[in-house]
Amino acid sequence: MALFFAYLSVVAALASGLAALAVDKSPGLGRFAHWLLRRWPKLQVRAAGVFSEAHYAEFHRNSLFVLLGISGVSAVLAGGGALFGGAVTTDTLPLGLPWLNWHIRFDALSGFFYLLIGLVLIAVSLYGPGYVREFEHGRHPLSVLGLFTGLFVAGMELVLLADDTFFFVIAWELMSVSSYFLVAFQHEHASNRRAAFLYLLMAVIGAMAIILAFGVLAGFSGGLTFDHFRTVKLTPVWASVAFVLALFGFGMKAGLVPLHAWLPEAHPVAPSHISALMSGVMLKVAVYGFIRFTFDLLDQVLWQWGGLVLVIGAASTLLGVLYAMMQHDIKRLLAYHSVENIGIIFIGLGLSLIYISEGQQQLGALALVAALLHSLNHALFKSLLFLGAGTIIHQTHEQNIEHLGGLIHRMPKLAVVFLIGTLSIAALPPFNGFVSEWLTFQAALQASGIGGGVLRSMVPTSASVLALAGALTATCFVKLYGVVFLGLPRTRRAATCHESVHRGMLAGPAWLAGLCVLLGVFPTPMIESLNVVTGQLLGVTLPGASALGWLWLTPVAPEVASYSASLVLVGILLTGWVCYQLLYRRGGLEARRADPWDCGFGGLNARMQYTATAFSMPIRRIFEPVFDVEETIEEKKSGPGNFQNTGLHYQLRVSDLAWPYLYAPVARVVTWLSRWVSRIQTGNIRTYIAYSFFTLLILLWGIS
Amino acid sequence: MAWLLALLQTLLFIASAPLLAGWLKKVKCRLQNRRAPSLFQPYRDLRKLWRKEPIVAHPASWIFKAAPYIVLSTTVLAASIVPLIAVNLPTAKIADVVVLIGFFALGRFFLALAGMDIGTAFGGMGSSREMTVSALAEPAMLMAVFTLAMSASTTNLSVAMNYVLHTGLVLRPSFVFAMLGMMLVAVAETGRIPVDNPTTHLELTMIHEAMILEYSGRYLGMIEWASQIKLMLYGVLIVNIFFPWGIAQNFSPEALGFGALALTLKLAALTVVLGLSEVLFAKMRIFRVQEFLSFAYLLSLLGMLSHIILEVRH
Repeated sequence: MALFFAYLSVVAALASGLAALAVDKSPGLGRFAHWLLRRWPKLQVRAAGVFSEAHYAEFHRNSLFVLLGISGVSAVLAGGGALFGGAVTTDTLPLGLPWLNWHIRFDALSGFFYLLIGLVLIAVSLYGPGYVREFEHGRHPLSVLGLFTGLFVAGMELVLLADDTFFFVIAWELMSVSSYFLVAFQHEHASNRRAAFLYLLMAVIGAMAIILAFGVLAGFSGGLTFDHFRTVKLTPVWASVAFVLALFGFGMKAGLVPLHAWLPEAHPVAPSHISALMSGVMLKVAVYGFIRFTFDLLDQVLWQWGGLVLVIGAASTLLGVLYAMMQHDIKRLLAYHSVENIGIIFIGLGLSLIYISEGQQQLGALALVAALLHSLNHALFKSLLFLGAGTIIHQTHEQNIEHLGGLIHRMPKLAVVFLIGTLSIAALPPFNGFVSEWLTFQAALQASGIGGGVLRSMVPTSASVLALAGALTATCFVKLYGVVFLGLPRTRRAATCHESVHRGMLAGPAWLAGLCVLLGVFPTPMIESLNVVTGQLLGVTLPGASALGWLWLTPVAPEVASYSASLVLVGILLTGWVCYQLLYRRGGLEARRADPWDCGFGGLNARMQYTATAFSMPIRRIFEPVFDVEETIEEKKSGPGNFQNTGLHYQLRVSDLAWPYLYAPVARVVTWLSRWVSRIQTGNIRTYIAYSFFTLLILLWGIS
Repeated sequence: MAWLLALLQTLLFIASAPLLAGWLKKVKCRLQNRRAPSLFQPYRDLRKLWRKEPIVAHPASWIFKAAPYIVLSTTVLAASIVPLIAVNLPTAKIADVVVLIGFFALGRFFLALAGMDIGTAFGGMGSSREMTVSALAEPAMLMAVFTLAMSASTTNLSVAMNYVLHTGLVLRPSFVFAMLGMMLVAVAETGRIPVDNPTTHLELTMIHEAMILEYSGRYLGMIEWASQIKLMLYGVLIVNIFFPWGIAQNFSPEALGFGALALTLKLAALTVVLGLSEVLFAKMRIFRVQEFLSFAYLLSLLGMLSHIILEVRH
């Protein structure tokens, strides 16, 4: 049954993509419907109304997203079925190579990621109809957007279903290439084309590493299906080669430092609901690939792998949040936070690998559950934030947060929904981001049982990096929320905008916000269901997770650590209510409105507010070595002897160190190599004939 | 019975927090050769603030009005999970020490948002500085807490205190380092000299006060009370984690009375140390605070390493 819904989800996504091609086919479709319904005149009239010029555009747009919504709901059903049913279903499709049909396997791990895709997809399908309306009369056809969205979603779902290398790589490339067209959708800007090219390049390099990693396994097992891989025994050296290639390939797609630089270029330039899918969901498919490869296919785990993943994860976490701090483009800021959150997920995975290699399967399961839960949580709140950012850009046409301000008065409902997203990503109790970070901390705290002293001190240190990153995330989102929603409007556009007219554009983010609160307050059922995943992958579960009942979360044992988010929420609400009753309702005076304190000078205006640049300046100064800062001050002077300052121009550019230290050198080496190779290409036809002649000669010599 | 006792302990906690602030003031005045106000002056100040008409600036949104309630209730909730005069109370189970840090973060998040809400330079400046300082303090705090948590193999405060009680008085280098680190963090987090000066209202030097500059009346009263509770929370954490002796382990009246007496003495002594340091040191420049906090982190890290290297049995 779960597999049926999984197929239905893929088919609905593909159907949505194909339906997008019918964007301006209303006369033809109208005639077809007329012919089809010739027996029922009443319905004929209805159909004629739907396919009339006036209604067709809306009908078409809605039908695309209804199909995506069906895909989302069936993905949730499929995922739920696999997670709660606990059954593993396999299948073969009569497609693919003659001797290798497409193998399908749907287990709890695939089901969990299906659930994740489905939940976000439902929000996107609610959000989409209102959002894409502005593209309808633009220069970009809606059909391209719709077609590649459908293919993209179907590609991600097929990756989760694949059980042989051939099918996996085809699905992976379908996902990568279709998302390239989505990144390049608004291709009139040169920067967007550049970002899309970079994205494609990185996807190709990553895919090469993944194919090579599978190649190592295939070479030793003699088959291409994952079942062959599960039984093969590798030497530690070859297993490490396969692991490093997989970490490189999947890590590149997931955006791990130092390979992350394409991510903040590519994700923000896509339309916002696609950014939500890319940041929220596609990165998780890369995480899925890594988990599938390392925990399921490889037969052994070495502690060095865990240490490597832990270090890379911690570096991504810290650098991601520091670079995010310096961004002023709302979507770039969110994209850098994806790097940070992927880092948190990989810290969890690294801990899990370390514990498993030490033979402590139970703790390995705990860390894996923390990583999986954070994947889900990140998908929810990051998609929420991207959709919210999309609404802000849609309503104000401003992407730079320095031009916004005071939106809480103009868009009160969106402000509440967005606030829930920021509280979740800042890992504050009792929201969902906190639960998974808390679990990661709990996993890190069990490090006393690890053998080596270096590893044992590395684990708590990485936890303190996580703490620093968590606090910096809170700082960053105080900046974002404070500058965008609070204070005074900084431009006229920000002062005159209003809440979106389309209800779905609020309903999509609100659905995700509801899930964030629900998973934050009642995390235990979700963690219980993740036991099925760890049971299938590692053979162990967390028996004590709900030892005190479903209100309490006790990951290891009740006396070691316990957390009850629902009681925390009740406590906060109750105390707040008591204070409100005692201090205000019982004779407290009504607040009086007055002008803010202006030091007695008067005339405060919006330009005197603290800006986002000023807000993040202390962090920039304290962590200066990790940024590439270029700060210039030009003074304009005039008058005799240039004594009078008539103007000042201040310019600040903060960029990523990955460009000058990794990407640019690699690009230089590649250019140099191609120059060198191109020396044999003279452009002279006689030289080419000579090449062919000598090649033939050598080949003939070889044969004879 | 146990839940009722926990509620009473929380009420005692929040009711006695202003008294601690009064005592600190007394100590400082004494050291500076000034005449001190009465011990109960903070209560009078709070009562005065609650009765006054609050003034709210025009651009303020609901966040500005809601923030004091959220700050106060998270602080009260934090107070309810920290064992004050007795261990083994049921509220300690609701949240462990990591969640406790989360409570502080939640309150601070809303206070910083409220600082940005009015749209003046002071509010934003205060928010930015407060968030920066706390971001740097957080890893040091967690590292100190982790040292304790790894020794006791629990993050539950009540169980951890029990563990320290039962192992007896042994000199653990890790605890000494962790305690020093935690004291430095406490100074930064509660906004005391040398990181911040709670009594200054000079615009360019204040951190916490800049953020709450626009508050008045009962809103200010709530924030003041919350910061008094927070000061006491850090004090109780330090004395009860590192010197838990005297705390009541059963709920008999004698044990509770003795616990209260022991706690009062310990806190009074700790406050004298804080008062001394406030009198002896001058406030630092804002960009010196990072060095102060990296030193705190270093101490906590040393605590962790000495635990791992010296104290874990292989």
